[in-house]
Amino acid sequence: MFEIVSNWVAAFLTLCIFSFLYKDNPFYRFAEYLFVGVTAGYTIPLTWEMAFIPYVYRPLFLQHKFILLIPAFIGILYIFTFNRKLNWLSRYPIAFGMGMVGMGVPLSMHASVLVQMRGAMIPIESINSLLVFIGTITILLYFYFSKAHTGTYGKVVKIGIWYMMIGFGASFGYTVMARISLLIGRIQFLVSDVLHIIK
Amino acid sequence: MKRSIPLAIVIILGFLFVGYVFIPHKISSDFYEWYMEWMKAMSPFGVILGIMSIIMTHTARIQHKVPNWQYSIVTLIAMIFTAYAGFAWGTQEGTPFMWLFKNVQMPMGATMFSLLAFYIASASYKAFRARSAEATVLLLAAIIVMLGQVPVGVSLFGEGINDITHWILNVPNLASKRGIALGVGLGMVATSLRILLGIERTYLGGGE
Repeated sequence: MFEIVSNWVAAFLTLCIFSFLYKDNPFYRFAEYLFVGVTAGYTIPLTWEMAFIPYVYRPLFLQHKFILLIPAFIGILYIFTFNRKLNWLSRYPIAFGMGMVGMGVPLSMHASVLVQMRGAMIPIESINSLLVFIGTITILLYFYFSKAHTGTYGKVVKIGIWYMMIGFGASFGYTVMARISLLIGRIQFLVSDVLHIIK
Repeated sequence: MKRSIPLAIVIILGFLFVGYVFIPHKISSDFYEWYMEWMKAMSPFGVILGIMSIIMTHTARIQHKVPNWQYSIVTLIAMIFTAYAGFAWGTQEGTPFMWLFKNVQMPMGATMFSLLAFYIASASYKAFRARSAEATVLLLAAIIVMLGQVPVGVSLFGEGINDITHWILNVPNLASKRGIALGVGLGMVATSLRILLGIERTYLGGGE
């Protein structure tokens, strides 16, 4: 009985969201605001259990690492974002988090630039590797905006655009597949778990 | 005090992190561990900021009776009740908190994302109506990739559709992703350097 009620609650909320396909309506809005509230409420006990207890409470009160009072105090400064006079205090925790950007310089250079360049600099032994090479070069040329995309240069960057369109098409195809699998999941839930039309 | 000290913190920590990547020494790994321990201790308070933002936004909507303010009551009650359920009965399997997750949060989240299937179909129709060569190439690639992933594609066009899908993914798609990754990587390095050298300061916000 409890499972049936639970399924009907989930089914009602699912249909509330689907009702947006017709037009914006009170059922959709109710579900939308409920979703925001439940999601926000969900994060509070989880943050308490998975972040506050292991990283603040336990080290401070059980292991007596009192030095952690400093980052805890800096963390509290986030709250001053809402105070017009003291909102500059919230820059301290933000600055502390932004410090990690230093690691981004060498790591981005390695992961996104050097590794990709190494992958691109292979002997051209087949038509496919030649096509990959042409694609990479023409796309890079497309992103060079200091020269107008006209004349022969414009025709070359046009090849890059076509390569990118094929790449975007592949990503688009994957995204459609993922969304349709979710849709199939919801329809399956409605017709199988709730209405028991399909066993 | 208000801008220069936070800026100095970013620059000093930033250069220390550059050093951490290049210098494999105990001091550098100790520095990283210290930083992560402090960041973890700061992280729960960031969530308070988000929760306060939701409470303030919806309380203001209720106070000023803006159009559809009644729904804000739903958000606030749902948030308080879910949080209460987590604290009062725990977050384990079989508790009211997990019931809310499985029967309220999860179905609505999945349905929200599945709605995108319809909007993606509508977007592809609009792209096709554009009748440009680029839009057609994009849609053809998408259709071939989709057909190559499902059994109906193979039954309609034979095993060849799989070969074409693999070729699209491994040749033009690879070139496209590589070119974009190189651009993104260089952009990230440039932006990180701007922050590190104190040129980019928008993260500090406005005011004094």
